[in-house]
Amino acid sequence: MTVLAPITRLVGPALLILGAAVVLLPFFWMLSLSLKPADEIFAPGIHLLPSQIEWRNYLKAFEEVPLHRYLLNGVIVCGGILVFQILIAVPCAYALAQRRFWLNGAIFTLVLAGLLVPYHVTAIPVFLGLAELDLLNTYGALIIPFVASVFGIFLFRQFFATLPADLIDAARVDGLSEMAIVWRIAFPNAWPAATAFGIFSVVAHWNDLFWPLIAVSDPDLATPPRGILYFRDEEAGSDFGPLMAATTIITAPLVIAFLLAQRKFIQGVTMSGLKG
Amino acid sequence: MTRRLPPRVAAALTDTALVAPATLAMLVLIFLPVLIVAVLSFTDYQFGAETFRWIRFENYADLLTDRIGRRAVVNTLIYVGIVMPAATLLALLVALGLHGMARRTPGLAGVLRTSYFMPVAATIVAMATVWQMLLHPSIGLVNQSLVAVGLSAQPWLSDRGLVLYTLTVIGIWETVGYNMVLFLAGLAAIPAHLYDAAEVDGARDGWARFWTVTWPLLGPTTLFVLVITATRAFRVFETVATLTRGGPAFASDTLVYAMYREGFVYFKAGYSSAITMVFFACVLLLTLVQFRVLNRWVHYR
Repeated sequence: MTVLAPITRLVGPALLILGAAVVLLPFFWMLSLSLKPADEIFAPGIHLLPSQIEWRNYLKAFEEVPLHRYLLNGVIVCGGILVFQILIAVPCAYALAQRRFWLNGAIFTLVLAGLLVPYHVTAIPVFLGLAELDLLNTYGALIIPFVASVFGIFLFRQFFATLPADLIDAARVDGLSEMAIVWRIAFPNAWPAATAFGIFSVVAHWNDLFWPLIAVSDPDLATPPRGILYFRDEEAGSDFGPLMAATTIITAPLVIAFLLAQRKFIQGVTMSGLKG
Repeated sequence: MTRRLPPRVAAALTDTALVAPATLAMLVLIFLPVLIVAVLSFTDYQFGAETFRWIRFENYADLLTDRIGRRAVVNTLIYVGIVMPAATLLALLVALGLHGMARRTPGLAGVLRTSYFMPVAATIVAMATVWQMLLHPSIGLVNQSLVAVGLSAQPWLSDRGLVLYTLTVIGIWETVGYNMVLFLAGLAAIPAHLYDAAEVDGARDGWARFWTVTWPLLGPTTLFVLVITATRAFRVFETVATLTRGGPAFASDTLVYAMYREGFVYFKAGYSSAITMVFFACVLLLTLVQFRVLNRWVHYR
């Protein structure tokens, strides 16, 4: 037993490393293929690494599909959603946390009930509404359905409830209007909640395929995941090197953000566990 | 101007200005649509049609008796039934390993934790296309490796009997890191003195300490992780839409994908609404369980 102890102590870490390698394999393969010349991708046998680095795959990815357009759309849609979510959620959250009025309880109940509704459930009526307003195939169709973030209201409300009463009272004595208190006092003090919420929201909408598939059919409005599918389903889609280069570029922003700010990122993403 | 108003009116105006946009947006974008989808599920409405008929529970009956509809329901249950326990158990093992490792080699433990979490940070549609490359029938790394060691290549995504299980593996791959983080948080919250106490009481080896301290204290976390994994698994859509479109022959059809296809490809809004309601009922049930678990979790501390 004592002879075996050092070996058994190594089994655990070895398995953990092996598991991590399996988890990372797709990332490794994506990078490897994105740098391989075409003939090498189709060559028989296993070649883990490219024999020569083919940077042109990355150039081709931008030539074969409007990749820059997909990325820009991703930024516009995620940015638009986040800005409106905050503009709408923060004042409401402040009122729910710091003010007493007769509908306070009713509105908070609505927020909690809203947490139970996955956005897939509202897709058909929201689609009908957007069609009625002639808004399908616009940025509006990609942004508007998400501006009411019950999760945002909930999160900011919980945070605002912990703000010291003195802080708010002092601002009121100074003659600040309630709206000014929201944006100049409460919101800046809720910065941790805001970053966590921002990460949560951007990750969810950058990665979403369900809604862009429904709301827009114009390739010029494709978000990154939708764009990847356009690329793959085109004739150029069998051009695996550039396709993998495109997936690398589209995956990169969030993965880099994660690697740079792991704590914040993990916090933001796992918070979504509270959301229904 | 506001100064002239009686204070109560001014306060009411302020409250309205603060909460009206959010309340209105919630009603229009969440609650009204839920009502409409419930109503539509009892009709034969098609997108673009002028009129519709009330057909009571016909859509629901179709979903549960029609071969294709039942496929979607059964497939989703199988998918959840595999991903939920597997992604929870694997995550628990990884978290226990990393938690122990963090004391001896914190650097390595950190790198491994980052590695396991990577799929959560990655864009799932992009990674699904990478899985498609890995699982390519002839030039995919998986089949090439199988052939290299003398096994036969498998049609991972085009075999009716195999495809759903291939998707569950990808589902587990993208979920383990998420669950691991939840377990690590649960482990970090266990006070060290409890382990000392257990040792005094005779729990000397790691195994005994696990069963006397870790497992009982991790119980609520485990329940929470199980439920949350199930709710996430119920929504499986991106991998199905990217890799199989529910095929071949509906062998990998799932609830959310069927909802999308029937509603937005075949324009059968009524039928799609019924699928939506069944999906909603499943998620609602799980979320209510989750709230109960969360409550217990909080009281535990």
